[in-house]
Amino acid sequence: MRAGRRGIERLNIVEKILARASGEKEVSPGQIIDAKVDKAMMHDLTGPRVIDSFREIGVKRVWDPERIIVVFDHDVPPSTIKAAELQKKVRNFVREQGIKYFYDIGRGGVCHVVMLEKGHVKPGELIVGADSHTVTYGALGAFATGVGATDMAAVLATGSIWLRVPETLKFEVSGKLQKRVYAKDLILHIIGMIGAEGANYKAMLFSGQTIRDLGIDGRATICNMSIEAGAKVGIIEPDEKTIKYVKERTGEPITPIRSDEDAEFTKVYEIDASRLEPQVAIPPSVDNVKPVSEVGGIEIQQGFIGTCTNGRLDDLRAAAEILKGRRVKDGVRLVIIPGSQEVYDHALKEGLIEIFIKAGAIVCGPGCGPCIGISRGVLADDEVCISSANRNFVGRMGSPKSKVYLASPATVAASAIKGKITDPREVD
Amino acid sequence: MRVEGKAVVYGDNIDTDVIIPGRYLVLQEPSELAKHAMEGVDPNFPQKAREGVIIVAGRNFGCGSSREEAPVALKHANTKCVIAESFARIFYRNAINIGLPILEASLRDKVSEGDLLSVDLVSGIIENKTRGIKIQAKPLPPLAIEIISAGGLTRYVRKKLGLE
Repeated sequence: MRAGRRGIERLNIVEKILARASGEKEVSPGQIIDAKVDKAMMHDLTGPRVIDSFREIGVKRVWDPERIIVVFDHDVPPSTIKAAELQKKVRNFVREQGIKYFYDIGRGGVCHVVMLEKGHVKPGELIVGADSHTVTYGALGAFATGVGATDMAAVLATGSIWLRVPETLKFEVSGKLQKRVYAKDLILHIIGMIGAEGANYKAMLFSGQTIRDLGIDGRATICNMSIEAGAKVGIIEPDEKTIKYVKERTGEPITPIRSDEDAEFTKVYEIDASRLEPQVAIPPSVDNVKPVSEVGGIEIQQGFIGTCTNGRLDDLRAAAEILKGRRVKDGVRLVIIPGSQEVYDHALKEGLIEIFIKAGAIVCGPGCGPCIGISRGVLADDEVCISSANRNFVGRMGSPKSKVYLASPATVAASAIKGKITDPREVD
Repeated sequence: MRVEGKAVVYGDNIDTDVIIPGRYLVLQEPSELAKHAMEGVDPNFPQKAREGVIIVAGRNFGCGSSREEAPVALKHANTKCVIAESFARIFYRNAINIGLPILEASLRDKVSEGDLLSVDLVSGIIENKTRGIKIQAKPLPPLAIEIISAGGLTRYVRKKLGLE
């Protein structure tokens, strides 16, 4: 528990970012602040409603066209006339308002992959996105959170947002991950441990040697799924890897914010990752997590590798390591979607795409794919999919009678070649 | 502000994908969205809600995506109020922003499907008229009441900017 009035030197990273963004000397959990937003992001699916609400507010111009990023990813290329019309509407708005950063089809990819790799996220920033997985940007030490369309419209109109300062849960992770155990397995394990509501309204700070050892791709996976425990933000303190990654992508000045020494946290969890097995989240909830050894043998009809959770280069490499020289089992389709044009390009150059094609997988252009249940791999009644995405809710990927299991790209790849949920460590 | 309706009862972790599946998000019209409200768990919900209902649910109502279509679909299906033990944070904000009344209260064992409920949104007092009992919900925070009283977030921002 927190004791009385605290000195300014004892704030954690979340509180320090919010204090900066709201112009306060210090803030504490529970306090409602009016904060200035550094960046705002929306995509093709949330954009149209944001625009309607923006018109309703009645402001003529957005607050700052250079701080708004629009990415098309949810239904690309559009699968219906209706979707094409909505995308046209967003495109027109981008033009009308002179929005500087617009990633149309073929120019970007999954918004949360693009935001990091194109240098739109810097440590210490406050970023809001009209998408729940905006929490991904905490991987670079930003306070980033998802909002609905009307909240986003208010941000476009005013450049500010009211926020309740969250309590912060700290996850101190130590121990070296075993071979073929990844960031995905770690975050699934954590969500299983605290539950789907375990961090509701709260911030999750991930720290410790295991987290520091992860690359930015793995860190993105961890922060991305913090929303599945209800978190307002998932965040990692910026280190030399963060600074290097950001400097390679933007020439803008960087002013990282880190927790003060002796910063306080509502609760600290200590986790030993050294004995962690590959994990699987069993439908229909993300917190129903078991080690793969307890789930093995369940037959699948589809595997899916991609998304804002696991569609980055390290993810495709992990899948390729298993798929190389092997074939996806007859009766199973494996859908692989690189997270962005950049990821796709690197994967081509490294020969990963060739490995996937020779294995009998179908590779689609960057976007959200079947994760959102709109196109490119939706499921029929009674079908089972193992997916590297983030949600296994009823009907998430198609028929309400289908089932989605969540796992790492390696576990998905191993399962696709065996035709049933398989421990990737069983494949040499 | 008082609302009344028959209770429709659901469990914990009602996510936004069951409230309004992703494939319907291209339907922008609230009345079209309303036809698919709660389809993932209760395809009959739009019929049940026709005369006006109050949803009673467990923990973490509205978890998952940021889609504002979730509260919009419920509101336009004629949901008068959602009472849950707790709400996922984005749904909570969205509901207030678009004017779907919500309250936090635990009604386990105090409300059954079909009970007639009457809710005072300001005081947070919930009356189960079928059973003749009253339950106090957690009052909404002052800012939420301010936004609701303004008629939603767009009107609230218009006022703040001096546009009305």
